[in-house]
Amino acid sequence: MSSRVYGIDIGSRSIGLVVLGEEGVEHSLSVPTTYDVLKQCRAVLEGVSGCLAVATGYGRKLFLKEFGVPGRFGRVLDITEIQAHALGARALYPTARTVLDIGGQDTKVIAMTPGGKVVRFEMNDRCAAGTGKFLEFMATALQTPLDRFGGFALGADKRIAISSMCTVFAETEATTLMALGERAENIAMGLHLAIAGRVQSMIGRIGCEPPLVFSGGVARNPCIVRLLEEGLGMAPLIPRDPDLVGALGAALHGKALLSKQSSLEAV
Amino acid sequence: MRAASLERFDGLADRFLADIEPLKEAGALVVGIYCTYAPRELVSAAGALPVGLCGKKQAPIPAAEKTLPANLCPLIKSSYGYAITGTCPYFAAADLLVGETTCDGKKKMYEFLGAVKPMHIMHLPFATGAAQEAYWTQEMRRFKEFLESATGNRITEDGLREEIRVQNEVRRLLARVLKLSSGACSPLSGLDMMAVSEAKSYVADPRAYAAMLRDLAAELEAMARAGQSGVATGARRILLTGCPVGRGSEKVVRLLEESGAVVVAAENCSGVKSFDLLADESGDPLVALARRTLCIPCSVMTPNAGRLSLLDRLTEEYRPEGVVDLTWQCCHTYNVESPMVQGHMLGKHGLRTLHIETDYSEADTEQLRTRIEAFLELL
Ligand code: SF4
Ligand code: SF4
Repeated sequence: MSSRVYGIDIGSRSIGLVVLGEEGVEHSLSVPTTYDVLKQCRAVLEGVSGCLAVATGYGRKLFLKEFGVPGRFGRVLDITEIQAHALGARALYPTARTVLDIGGQDTKVIAMTPGGKVVRFEMNDRCAAGTGKFLEFMATALQTPLDRFGGFALGADKRIAISSMCTVFAETEATTLMALGERAENIAMGLHLAIAGRVQSMIGRIGCEPPLVFSGGVARNPCIVRLLEEGLGMAPLIPRDPDLVGALGAALHGKALLSKQSSLEAV
Repeated sequence: MRAASLERFDGLADRFLADIEPLKEAGALVVGIYCTYAPRELVSAAGALPVGLCGKKQAPIPAAEKTLPANLCPLIKSSYGYAITGTCPYFAAADLLVGETTCDGKKKMYEFLGAVKPMHIMHLPFATGAAQEAYWTQEMRRFKEFLESATGNRITEDGLREEIRVQNEVRRLLARVLKLSSGACSPLSGLDMMAVSEAKSYVADPRAYAAMLRDLAAELEAMARAGQSGVATGARRILLTGCPVGRGSEKVVRLLEESGAVVVAAENCSGVKSFDLLADESGDPLVALARRTLCIPCSVMTPNAGRLSLLDRLTEEYRPEGVVDLTWQCCHTYNVESPMVQGHMLGKHGLRTLHIETDYSEADTEQLRTRIEAFLELL
């Protein structure tokens, strides 16, 4: 039996996969979630085999139900995103004390002890304010591709305050500003400021010990990164693949379990 | 292993309407009550039948939102929704309603309810003390007179004292059943405990209910002696506090138990909040009722130190490993108390609290599951 383990992070926007072999990461991949989550999971797992899968993300229970029967994927377990992100962030940055993850529909802040144990976490309430969804929505409203939205906002020449955090109301506010002839870049900046402010207050509730690791797709947005750095007075560490941190953490959890088991067998 | 006597409680709510049919035919009025402050003893002593009406389901909420603001607690919207949609058979069965001026949302909603059915309002003071007690006793008297004129029956001192005795007995038995969860292996899941105590709102005959509780307690005690448990071993012990929870709004309790925890004690109104507040069985029964209800540690009271001391006691007795503080969205009183509860539980008992603010819909179920599982992982 191979000791290959993989972690799969099924988020609302993307599904991430990390395959860990003897020598470390063998393969990784991220695809959009789409409306048919299970179909995408199957596509992601095409040709992959191992002895243990660990699922995380909002689709983890669905995954467990569908693939939990022993078969090609060996054993299937799940862990929460909170643990997965903490584990993933620590593996990439061994001294990390705080993780900020802004995903498609959730924003989480996780505080860890110097030893890496999760001590507290905060998660946004159900609404999408302050998450990737909000940015996506606003990028569409301003007719800018999502992956260029942050750069676009950085072209602002002034900072205007958008007071609504509700996705629907913020769009109304943005439309009003457009009607008043405000530059689109400035409106985009206002929307980014609104998110950064909201995230900062979440971080404030938990207390932010550096180093802070910023994971999740929104970590690719240069404007959010810049605003957080200004607001927190520290530069967040950004992984090369910020949206694979959860999948990496899940896979590492599986690895740890395996080695615990084999050490038990050795006794 | 689930105790066999629990089955009898499962069906109680469904049987209630059939059970009261002959009594109604014989002329008994049904009085709908909404909260723990309602003195059901007075209702019974007037020969009427009390029934709990507090709304616990999502279904009638959209109808209620046509009149009530959407940003109001789901419990209030659900209660009102049931009243106007004619979809709650208990509400339909009620001839009269009684409400207490507890939180702002509820008391204003009662003004609308008064247009649907005859409604009596009791004005609740928001503090304990001699003056408040005298005032609340006067409100008990006003309610007594209301019931007497509505039913045409006189409430005698002896009759009222007898009802107090019966309700005290019910509370003692509920406390005895709950007490069993303090053992290392709880013979009862939180969901089952909830069903057992909720049934008290739907009993036509509290004496028969007391007898059922006695049987259940005996069976559970035997199970506990034999080391049989109603929950999985290793389940994290959770103390639940906050807003009332019931059949239909048990989402958080269910998620907790699905995630491998067990609610060993519920401090809220639907749980232990008033089980051990017994009314004095001698002396003036109206004073006894006023005194008992006035010290219910509900968040509408100010100050509400009683909640913290009740949490202290439950922590010592039930040795929870974590606390879940549930607030229904827009319930200001419980929401505002939340940081106080969190700080107290951590500072005094070293226990972490997960504060959950949600409503009756299932929209956030998976998000809540993540938060709950992550919380349990931390314990
Ligand atoms: S929480 Fe307070 S207002 Fe609500 S039912 Fe309980 S006693 Fe009544
Ligand atoms: S849950 Fe809160 S807002 Fe709702 S009725 Fe009870 S006290 Fe009022």
